[in-house]
Amino acid sequence: MTTAPLPELPGMPTARPSGRPFDPPEELAAVRPLARIPLAGGTPGWLVTGFAAARAVTSDPRFSTRSELQRLVLPRFGMPDRMPPAPPGMFLQADPPEHTRYRRLLTGRFTVRRMRMLTERVERTVAEHLDAMERAGGPADLVTAYAQPVPAMVICEILGVPAEDHARFNGAARTFNDPAATAEEMGRAWQELYAYLRDLVTAKRSAPTDDVLSELTDSDLTEEELVNVATLLLGAGLDTTANMIALGTFALLSHPDQLAVMRDDPEAVNGGVEELMRYLSIPHTGQRAALEDVELEGHVIKEGDTVALSLAAANRDPARFPDPDRLDLRRDAPGHLSFGHGVHQCLGQQLARVEMRAAFPALLRRFPDLRLAVPPEDVPLRERADIYGVERLPVTWGPEGAGR
Amino acid sequence: MRISADRDRCIGAGMCVLTAADLFDQDEEEGLVRVLEEAPAADREQDAHRAARLCPSGALAVTDDA
Repeated sequence: MTTAPLPELPGMPTARPSGRPFDPPEELAAVRPLARIPLAGGTPGWLVTGFAAARAVTSDPRFSTRSELQRLVLPRFGMPDRMPPAPPGMFLQADPPEHTRYRRLLTGRFTVRRMRMLTERVERTVAEHLDAMERAGGPADLVTAYAQPVPAMVICEILGVPAEDHARFNGAARTFNDPAATAEEMGRAWQELYAYLRDLVTAKRSAPTDDVLSELTDSDLTEEELVNVATLLLGAGLDTTANMIALGTFALLSHPDQLAVMRDDPEAVNGGVEELMRYLSIPHTGQRAALEDVELEGHVIKEGDTVALSLAAANRDPARFPDPDRLDLRRDAPGHLSFGHGVHQCLGQQLARVEMRAAFPALLRRFPDLRLAVPPEDVPLRERADIYGVERLPVTWGPEGAGR
Repeated sequence: MRISADRDRCIGAGMCVLTAADLFDQDEEEGLVRVLEEAPAADREQDAHRAARLCPSGALAVTDDA
């Protein structure tokens, strides 16, 4: 066991290096693979920045995702240092076997084959939104015109949530991911979404339709569990892919040679999407609590300690990805950590892939001269949000000065 | 080379199918792994190992012939 002292950071860094919005905070690369950081309330914690160590922690059952065992890594204003246990059904914060019970109810609905069967449906939704953008003319905010509505329509259809109710839950989804939201605002958003989904689940129970929520009313889940599972799935399907499409487009616009690969080489699309996910790491952090003493990188993580994970730093580990800071869509290196690793790896990942594989090339082929409508430094970033991305992405196309 | 899968460990993420659809499938009901080729040809060795390495739950094992 080594006794060399580990480097320490004053807290989880979130500020992106000036002029490099796609790179992780610079402090992280200097403390690979393991460092110490204080967590909420000043409790000492650990910070994992190496790829191998992050994979080891996320796949080790001695590390728990239960929220009541952890200290917050990214403290939010008005939030307590310690979190209560997640309500039943919120299975991201549950360990096996509770986690297994929930996940097993859903895995059959999100298989590679089932999600690929949605490809044509997704492509149609993509085309409809591109048609609308073309009709309206540039400039447009890519976030609200394309990146948000496409995955929203798709996840609503799968779950059986009426897309016309979008306004009722989109505000709540935004609040959950707004780092400036107060505890009261979070609580209110939570109650609104819960009430909406409870009504919907009740309706599905009496008149089932062909969708995931209707199917779940046939399971042994309690009402509370079912509504929480619905909340989790809806939230996970809305904000994640939306941020990948918007931030991914921003990254491609900033790397014209890579944009050309995504637009012109159909063979490069699948690998290119994986590379964009690795490069951008929009779920940039994760965390676990040690259930017992565990050795990691020559140090002992004590039972009860919280381990923060920088997935963004791990995905840029040169020991795993040569020349990691280069965006290279032809890099054949699957296995990034942006969907996580271990038993909690993203349930909807095959859906996200179908959406991104459709959304990027279709956008770039429809508007081959797509460009930013503002200087890149004016694109507002979501540095403190759990899911990284852009608030808005003003883009335009066609001849200079055309449109308005 | 032999491939084996532990369906109790499987979490239905689909990484194996994504990596080698000729070697792996997911069943319709639970979405858990099914091995299509337990003893694949030697030229599939690289993808078999890659699928095992990428599996998030450690449900796959690829053993070389003695």
